[in-house]
Amino acid sequence: MSEREVLESLRENARYSAADIARMTDLEEDEVEAIIEELEAAGVVRGYQAVVDWDKLEDERVRAEVELNVRLDRETGYSDIADRLARFPQVTALRLVSGDYDFDMEVEGDSIREVSQFISEKVAPVPEITQTVTHYVMTSYKENGIELGDGDEDDRLSFSP
Amino acid sequence: MTIELSDRVKTVPPSGIRRFFEIAEERDDVISLGVGEPDFSTPWAARDAAITSLEQGKTSYTANKGKRELREAIAGYVADRFDLGYDPGEEIIVTAGASEAVDLAFRALVDPGDTVAIAQPSYISYEPGVIFAGGEVCPVPTKEEDEFRLTVDGLEDAGAADADLLVFCYPNNPTGAIMRESDLEPIAAFAREHDLTVLSDEIYAELTYDGEHTSIATLPGMRERTIVFNGFSKAHAMTGLRLGYALGPADVVGAMNRIHQYTMLSAPTTAQYAALEALDSCEDDVREMIDQYDRRRRFVLSRFREIGMDVFEAKGAFYCFPEVPSGWTAEEFAETVLREQGVAVVPGDVFGEGGEGHLRVSYATSLGDLREALTRIEAFLEEQA
Repeated sequence: MSEREVLESLRENARYSAADIARMTDLEEDEVEAIIEELEAAGVVRGYQAVVDWDKLEDERVRAEVELNVRLDRETGYSDIADRLARFPQVTALRLVSGDYDFDMEVEGDSIREVSQFISEKVAPVPEITQTVTHYVMTSYKENGIELGDGDEDDRLSFSP
Repeated sequence: MTIELSDRVKTVPPSGIRRFFEIAEERDDVISLGVGEPDFSTPWAARDAAITSLEQGKTSYTANKGKRELREAIAGYVADRFDLGYDPGEEIIVTAGASEAVDLAFRALVDPGDTVAIAQPSYISYEPGVIFAGGEVCPVPTKEEDEFRLTVDGLEDAGAADADLLVFCYPNNPTGAIMRESDLEPIAAFAREHDLTVLSDEIYAELTYDGEHTSIATLPGMRERTIVFNGFSKAHAMTGLRLGYALGPADVVGAMNRIHQYTMLSAPTTAQYAALEALDSCEDDVREMIDQYDRRRRFVLSRFREIGMDVFEAKGAFYCFPEVPSGWTAEEFAETVLREQGVAVVPGDVFGEGGEGHLRVSYATSLGDLREALTRIEAFLEEQA
């Protein structure tokens, strides 16, 4: 139970200090630290990353959602193909999904050319991959549960009964 | 010439918080813990339903007591959540905020010279409401040593046995106190013994963090002498939509409706559509907000104790009620910490007897702001030491 509470706190904001999480959950600070260490050691928590609104930066960041269809055979399963693709640093997310295609792959790069080259030279030639459909991200409105718009402004009065 | 104002209005002073607004205006870095409303926006599904109703042109009056469908949904909700059984036809009225419902009850039940006992510290509108209705107020102070719960001793000491009505609000604004069933039983016995009508403001009923809320109307012999107030402002974060309701015996609700039909006609229609959706599909949003409040509550209580300010374990609403350090009045402390550190809190005496020496601190604000506000209060205390 307390493990879950700590996990929820970290999911909300991974930069909460152990002391703040302890205050929120009525745990001791060292208990929180121990739980976080356990979560990391058990591979439940795999990492901590910033949620970035790339549109706010000068630097271009190109992202694409790629639909992949694959053909399996006796020697090759989904996980074999996934292992091979996931090793590429350009691939930021890879999921087996239900529906019209098999894998949903997210790719990042510095330019459209770079991403296109990666798909055509590294992904499409994989023998089991029968089809790729690439969707370039034009605008992002929400990432990791965080809305990237201006949000709902807090226009409450500073005092109210 | 000057137009002569009514005596009733002249006897009610303007709200004590007024002056603090002006001080807050002088700084642009104020973190406000003085707010009595959620920092969350209304759940999107409820807002979306309101928008759709506008698009469909549903902007006419509704039945005086509110849309039948909404009253049925309210009946289902209060039965489910609080074990309260009310007939949507005769015993439920939908109002423009719970505040209107409270006002209607005073006007429907109070005659000139009647006495209304009010548990204090309390929400600031009850006392003026009684005076506007021509009644007399009998304040019933509650004490920190009782965790700001209403007690029979407190009622007796205040002379509430001779009152006609008794008003209280639990979970409480401003203290965050709650009353469990075992705390309510002696109060119910007192009300039955002295034939008091009870007005129970349960607007914060969903916001309890240690066990479920009990309504006094569920205790034996109390349903027929109790009017319960609730609404969508707090748990559903719908303050500006102005939608509340009252539950009570058919004759009282009928009398309240007689005033309501001539003064308000019906509660805002758009808000009624939002409320219907809120009851229908926003339970998860409400639970999520409650979880957030609870984490902030624990954070704030921990921090106050760490910086050496005494605070009792508030278990409801979204307030805690710390004591000001010795040598300060609540008003001086609140004003100085606002001027010097830009942290806005409300002095407890604004909320009536029993509130002196305390501050109402609202944790209906982001954890980041709460953390910063407590850091500033800590710095303030260190400077003073």
